[in-house]
Amino acid sequence: MLISMYKTRQYYHHKDFHKSPHSHPKSGVASGDKKIIAREIKVVRKVLDVNDTIAQQNRELFSEKGVFVLNVMSSPGSGKTAILEKTLSHVMPAIKSAVIVGDICTSNDAVRLAVSGAPVVQVNTDAFGGDCHLAAHVIKTAAGNFDLDDIDLLIVENLGNLVCPAEFDIGEDFRVVILSVTEGEDKPVKYPLMFRVCDAALLNKIDLLPHLDYDRKETVNNILQVHPGMPVFEISAKTEEGFDPWIDWLKSRVSQKINPNVT
Amino acid sequence: MHEMGIAMQIVEIASASIPADIEDVRVERINLKVGKLTAVVPESLRFCFQIVAQETPFCDADLNIEEIPIIAKCNDCNIEWTISEPVFRCQECNSGSVEIISGRELDINSIEIVYEE
Repeated sequence: MLISMYKTRQYYHHKDFHKSPHSHPKSGVASGDKKIIAREIKVVRKVLDVNDTIAQQNRELFSEKGVFVLNVMSSPGSGKTAILEKTLSHVMPAIKSAVIVGDICTSNDAVRLAVSGAPVVQVNTDAFGGDCHLAAHVIKTAAGNFDLDDIDLLIVENLGNLVCPAEFDIGEDFRVVILSVTEGEDKPVKYPLMFRVCDAALLNKIDLLPHLDYDRKETVNNILQVHPGMPVFEISAKTEEGFDPWIDWLKSRVSQKINPNVT
Repeated sequence: MHEMGIAMQIVEIASASIPADIEDVRVERINLKVGKLTAVVPESLRFCFQIVAQETPFCDADLNIEEIPIIAKCNDCNIEWTISEPVFRCQECNSGSVEIISGRELDINSIEIVYEE
């Protein structure tokens, strides 16, 4: 069922700046007996420090609660939602699942996924400056809507974007990238960071291959050139061709985390 | 694409680095390291930073961006090389076990400030 939907706010942890009533020092000219000091202050911090800290908190919470978190990324229109609809129908009810869906606006995807019976939270990111990816603090808030004690698998359907989500750790266990046969063969070499940081790739819409001049070998070669050894699952969300290996892979990863003593 | 959010984080982190007892500070430069594998475009970042920095001690600050090359290391034969094309296999032994040792940085190294005392 669709639990809730809401818009994100930009995350700040400092107070607002106040414009100083005093004039700023000009170089070489001091007022009264004051002198001008120029100093370099070492910072040596990652810009995404705050995000990384929250992601680690998320990771610890999900470990404590025995929740496997899957971050699903792709460009818009690759078929993320359709793949997840079918994936949920395969893994539930044995694997208790929940979903966080990110989109700039609308709850269309969440409504589709809620049909599975899994609890779903829709997040809309149309706050300025935060609209192209899901960040760790957003996942932290959204996950608060679920009873994590009662969940084995939390799927995060990220925004349709092959660039920014690759940079943002959200505390997930595994990441998958989806591309479809209607997107050409060279996505992997155009977006190497995304393909390097993900643990598996799904090549979707293979049911359309008879209608396309598509070289699937070239696509797979491009993926393996950027990320040697990356598992690639060639599937169709529509016909479910190729689904079994993907579902088996996912089930075994979930089981490894939540039942580590079971072989 | 997300340079606005990054610019905001730069202002946040840099402002937290300014000692609280210094008043009337002006930040002249922020020294950043940006790896070539990150999805950050330096000119877009400067543009967004100018907007975010308005009416703050950072409004005249120069963003000095050092672009860090992508350097890979083979875990099997230990050679290191600079990656200029999206090929992440060892050129020497063809191993796929490759580690990226630089190129993913998005760091604030230091800030340069001016103040009266």
